[in-house]
Amino acid sequence: MAVISLKINGKSYQTDVDANTPLLWVLRDHLDLAGTKYGCGMAMCGACMVHINGEATRSCVLPVSAVENAAITTIEGLSATGNHPVQQAWNEIDVPQCGYCQSGQMMSAAALLAKNSNPSDKDIEAAMTGNICRCGTYHRIHDAVKLAATKMKK
Amino acid sequence: MKNAQSRRDFLKTTALTGGGLVLGFSWFSSKAFAPVVITANTLPFNAYLSIAPSGIVTIFSPNPEIGQGIKTAFPIIVAEELDADWEKVQVEQAALDTKRFERQLTGGSGAIKHSWERLRKAGATARYMLVEAAAKKWSVPAAECTTSKGFVMHSSGKKLSYGELANEAALITPPKDIKLKANSDFSLIGTSVKGVDNNAILTGKPLFGMDYKRDGMLYAVIQRPPAFGQKLKSFDATEAKKMAGVVDVVSFDNKVAVVGKSTWQTMQARKALQIVWENDKPLENSADHDRILKEMLNSSEKATVHRKDGDVETAFKSAHKIVESAYQCPFLPHNAMEPMNFFAHFKGDSIEMAGPSQTPEAAQKQVAKLLNLPPDKVTIELTRMGGGFGRRLNTDYALEAAELSSIIKAPVKVTWTREDDMAGGIYRPAVRYRFKAALDKMGNITAFMLHGASINAGNATRPDNFPAGAIDNLLVQSSDYKSPITTGPWRAPITNFLAYAEQAFLDEVAQAAGKDPIQLRMELLEKAQKSPVGKITYDINRFKEVSKLVAEKAGWGKKKKGVSLGFSVYFSHASYVAQIAEVILVKGKPVVKKVVAAVDCGIVINESSAKNQVFGAIVDGLGHAMHGNMTFKEGVPQQNNYDKYRLIRYNEVPEIEVHFVNNGIDPTGLGEPALPPTGGAIANAIYKTTGKRLYNQPFAEQSTTLG
Repeated sequence: MAVISLKINGKSYQTDVDANTPLLWVLRDHLDLAGTKYGCGMAMCGACMVHINGEATRSCVLPVSAVENAAITTIEGLSATGNHPVQQAWNEIDVPQCGYCQSGQMMSAAALLAKNSNPSDKDIEAAMTGNICRCGTYHRIHDAVKLAATKMKK
Repeated sequence: MKNAQSRRDFLKTTALTGGGLVLGFSWFSSKAFAPVVITANTLPFNAYLSIAPSGIVTIFSPNPEIGQGIKTAFPIIVAEELDADWEKVQVEQAALDTKRFERQLTGGSGAIKHSWERLRKAGATARYMLVEAAAKKWSVPAAECTTSKGFVMHSSGKKLSYGELANEAALITPPKDIKLKANSDFSLIGTSVKGVDNNAILTGKPLFGMDYKRDGMLYAVIQRPPAFGQKLKSFDATEAKKMAGVVDVVSFDNKVAVVGKSTWQTMQARKALQIVWENDKPLENSADHDRILKEMLNSSEKATVHRKDGDVETAFKSAHKIVESAYQCPFLPHNAMEPMNFFAHFKGDSIEMAGPSQTPEAAQKQVAKLLNLPPDKVTIELTRMGGGFGRRLNTDYALEAAELSSIIKAPVKVTWTREDDMAGGIYRPAVRYRFKAALDKMGNITAFMLHGASINAGNATRPDNFPAGAIDNLLVQSSDYKSPITTGPWRAPITNFLAYAEQAFLDEVAQAAGKDPIQLRMELLEKAQKSPVGKITYDINRFKEVSKLVAEKAGWGKKKKGVSLGFSVYFSHASYVAQIAEVILVKGKPVVKKVVAAVDCGIVINESSAKNQVFGAIVDGLGHAMHGNMTFKEGVPQQNNYDKYRLIRYNEVPEIEVHFVNNGIDPTGLGEPALPPTGGAIANAIYKTTGKRLYNQPFAEQSTTLG
């Protein structure tokens, strides 16, 4: 066990965990940030997507000790009230069915749009293909990414 | 009631003082859970709704939300008849109380059909009470009053809000009979209403069972037998117990549970368990299943006959042409994105539970039996579910949590890893069908036979399915093999594959008869209308209507260069869905370019949600037809995570177009009905493109890779 200092959503946290614990479980079990989801535990489904220094990163296989000095953003930090353009677009397009995968989907989309404000369909495909939605909301995810892009330009 | 009260207190109070009419309910018991603002002084009108003086209308939605949109759809129906202002409606998940709400389960796409009238009456009755209260106040006849968006208005121009009237209205005796709105007066039903949990989902609030947390709660993972047919012989937990965070290791029901202080620690400690399993039943391989399915179809002797019209044997003897084919599908796991999990806190004479269940009432009864408690001492809080697809109709994972908590006498949440979830059984059963049709010289079907062989499906046929009723000589029979591999309902049980087989076979028959596939079905429907044979369970006109609509929208019969169309139509869970798939050839490989769907689910409650369901079901149908496969070696599932099991992804979905018939008929469900027709429409279009019939799923295993 080791005391680890983390910077998440602009706030400082200290937690006493095994250094190998994946960031996902530190967020969920120790820091009560349960918006980041467990889906597969092997970086295949994208439900656990967070931003590490702005990069979309899967947190389920990422040892917490590797991100001690990094800027971590989770879905709770995208905007607590839901007014990030990606969250707004996701609501306007009414994307969710069950909703379980959507925080990971939005984190992938937000990372894409932060770098590329005018993504092509191919860019969106490349950014979103790593996230599984078992309900099959992919069409709405596409529409929401497009809408979020127009919102970010305003 | 007092103004300042906790949410728990409020809920208790209303349950007691509201004539037992409102039962609110909270599972937001952890500090991590978002506080829900309950308006003070809210007045109960009936089991479904209460109104606060502020004008906030609280609508309780009783059914478990699995992603089908029920938590939004139910309140829409209540609010419509109430003439509430949707902006002032807040929705609460109701507690499990089937005395009050009857059917509180998610399965069979049956919720809307069951509750349509009850929900309308709940809204209309409360509206009546508000109008009566206003009329009394103004000393005018109630008939001179109208309602709109949360207000009662009088022809004189007087106007009072529902909030202002709530205190007096709640005391009015509810009427026994109530007039409901004409469909033409609907202003909310049929519009697009956003999911009521959207904001909580999109800001990452802890909504799901997986997110459930209580102070002092322990975490557990459970090692279950790795192969179907094995049981626990012995185990050594010495090393596991030494590991950080481990509180206890206990065994029950052929399982070993590691209990600890965090999910990750228990997962790690489980790997250190030394377990000896022993064989209890035969350990089966997929090759065994293939052989068993084929053998069952070789003989009719032991088959169970489900429907027999006319004389099939004689008809086949005099056939001009016989078409015969077999179709097969593998086992499938459900793969809900939220793996199974449940919280339980055994307290000696009662147990508190929380988690995702499609059948909370069944879970309650079974837990009561297991722990020898009266059912009312088992409380189950309904969490939003990260999908279910039928998996959560089974209560195994809830019972497990209850039993574990009763052993360790502590609050505990059991989490299944993805591997546990995918290898944990309750699969869609593997099924093989053989069809045989006799044609006369005119290309009419004179006889039709279906034999369904399955592994743990019971009866894998649906004997009254179309074309039953339209054919003079028809035989439907089934054979089943009992296997240690556990199976259960999977979204659109049986029909998720039977529809594919039936619709693909009818395409073959149409070809043999030299008829257009839609024309063939239309002729059969005409025949069923004019001279029905035996029982007919489908509505012939609704069948025709969706078929015609999809044909028109997809341009059936119009030649499009390089594009092949495949048709499929199905009556499933009381709704009718027809689909046409467009397939093109790209670099020699078939590509599903588009799927057009026509849907008759009667009145559409929430257009946005309804479309979402149909799109999702088509994506699901395509994905599983293409890739879904669960195989076994010595009883061990060979696919246990997404590296070995492929789910359809963003880059693989075709364009989708959905049209609703919206014929004003009372609404039916939409969680399942759009899935069954998809595989058939696609396979029929692929055949036209490549000349190759696809008899087995997954398509990808038949060297049919989509480009």
